[in-house]
This record gives sequence, structure tokens and C-alpha cells, in this order.
Amino acid sequence: MTGSIFNIPFLAVAALVGIALYIIMSQRNLIKLVMGITILESAVNLFLVTLGYRGGGVAPIFTNAPEGIMVLPVPQALTLTSIVIGVAVTALMLSMIVLTYRHTGDIDAEKSRQMKG
Amino acid sequence: MSKIVRTIANLLIFPILTFGLYIIMHGHLTPGGGFQGGAVFASGVALLVVAFGSYNIQKRLKEHHLSILESSGALMFIGLAFGGMAIVFFYNFLVGSPIFGRIPPSGPNPGDMWTGGVIPLMNVAVGLKVIAGLSVIVLVMALACSKVKIEE
Amino acid sequence: MVFLVALALLTHPFGHPPSQMDDYIIENAQSETGANNAVTAVVFDYRGFDTLGEATILFTAVTAVVMLFRKRKGEITK
Repeated sequence: MTGSIFNIPFLAVAALVGIALYIIMSQRNLIKLVMGITILESAVNLFLVTLGYRGGGVAPIFTNAPEGIMVLPVPQALTLTSIVIGVAVTALMLSMIVLTYRHTGDIDAEKSRQMKG
Repeated sequence: MSKIVRTIANLLIFPILTFGLYIIMHGHLTPGGGFQGGAVFASGVALLVVAFGSYNIQKRLKEHHLSILESSGALMFIGLAFGGMAIVFFYNFLVGSPIFGRIPPSGPNPGDMWTGGVIPLMNVAVGLKVIAGLSVIVLVMALACSKVKIEE
Repeated sequence: MVFLVALALLTHPFGHPPSQMDDYIIENAQSETGANNAVTAVVFDYRGFDTLGEATILFTAVTAVVMLFRKRKGEITK
């Protein structure tokens, strides 16, 4: 079974991407929209980490390491950067939601589309 | 917040901050490093903000001091990057020298803290930056939301 | 686009990714950088420019959040 495309991590990534796209397209409340974007970001991070897996491997750390071949360390380094970028984007989106609430008194994506100026 | 939450926050805050600093300092031996330890430390600050209210925390921990901390972390990171400028931009110039420069034996070994070259100092710089940055975000947003409730 | 991703995934089986660069890194990380943690060695030594860019992103995000919540002259403060 090693080597096929239908294994648990890839199926989990596909399920998360599907759930996130459904949330983004169908919700009107702005905070639920931000939650959907965060779920999409977690799915992409999981995909990045899963790409670097060697069958039966251990973590690439040499301090008291158990026996076995090591998984690749480079995708884990790229995922660190991606997580921090996700935090920055979420913080900015939530700040804009607070400012929209102060300005109009309502968080609803349909009504905010008609703001002028 | 109620008295139970304040007591538990008082008890738990010191182990949380120590654990965050432990993760930052041992970044070159165990899983962790600057970003992860900084996030744990900022979670401790967020616990304090939730338990005691953002106005009381803002009286002691001003954003002006936190932004000085963040800028000094960034300057330390760039200074360490320029330190090995003789060869290449990010050269690891402390390997082999007496400060952090022992080379560990290859293969599995119990870790020795004085290895790693420039990497522990870079961990401390990035850790300071992440601590200050995430604490400022939590404090400013908590202050803004509390004012919204008062003006109604 | 999903079809292209699936097609790209099928060319390499799940447990055996192409790993020429990572074999070199796992082999020589302890003697060249002196760190026991290969992930930290990659993040700060072999790919230090990415960490520099990420520190810049954090700095910009914090500055933007502080700038959005500034008080103007006539606002009530507690």
C-alpha cells in the first residue's frame, strides 16, 4: 500500500480543502469567512509536510535519535515560514473586521459590499 | 474575570514563560527554535490579558517598550548575518571558535549546548522579535475591542 | 487544476520522494554547521534568506496593526 495516492494524509488534505472552499463560498458572516480562510491555510501546510515523508522514517534530529532513515527536513522549514505568514494575514483580516464593525455596526458581507467612498 | 481564573493564571504564568524560553534556547538540539518558543511566550501574555483585563496589563506593559524590543531583535539578526560578510552573506563564522563552536560527533548523541555556531544567537534574536510582535498584536486588539463596548 | 496536481503526485510514489539535496543536508549538517537539529540548520544556515524575509513580514504586519488602531484627536479614552 505504500506508494499509492489514496492514503490518509492526502485524503485529509483533500477533505480540508473541500470544506474550506464550501465555507468561503457560502457564508455571509465575516468572521466565519476568516475561519474558512484559516482552514484552507492549515490544509496547505499539512500538504507541504506530507510531501517530505520517507516510509518508516524518524524525525531529522540527531539528539538521542532512534534507529531508522530520516525524513526530509527542507519541507518542514518551508512550512514554518508558511505558518508565520498565515498568522500575519489572519491578524490583518481580523483588524479590518473590527474597523468595519466600528464604521457600520454590522458584520455581514452583503451589506458591506455597498459602502461608498 | 472571576477569582478562580485569576489565581490559576497567577500560578501558571511562571512555568509557561520558563518553558517558552527553554524552547528558544535549546533550538539547535531539540525540536523548536525561535518561532515556536516565541509563540509559547506570547500565549502566556495572552493568558494574562484574558485573566486580568487589557487595561490593567496596559498600565505595566506599554507598547512603546515592546516595539523597542522588537527592533533590537531585528537589528541583532541582521548584525549576525553581516558578521560573516568576509566570505558570503549568511556565513556561519562561529564554527570552530571558542564561543559556540564545538562540533558534535556525527550520528545520534546526547546534545551539548555549546555547539551550533551562530544558530543559538539567531534563535534568541528571532525569539525576541516574535515575542514582542505577537504580544503587541494581542494587546492592541484587546484594547480596541474593549473600547468598542464602552462607547455604546 | 486538481487533475494536474493529482497527475504530478502520481509520478513519485508516496514514501519515496526525490531527495538528492536532503541527503547531502542530512549527511553534512553536523560537521558544517555544528547543530544537532537538521531543521534548524536548514532554516537558519542553508536557507537564511527565507528567514530574513519572514522576519520582515512579521515586522510589517505588526506595524500595520498598530497603525490601524491609532487614536485620533477627538476620541474618548478611558
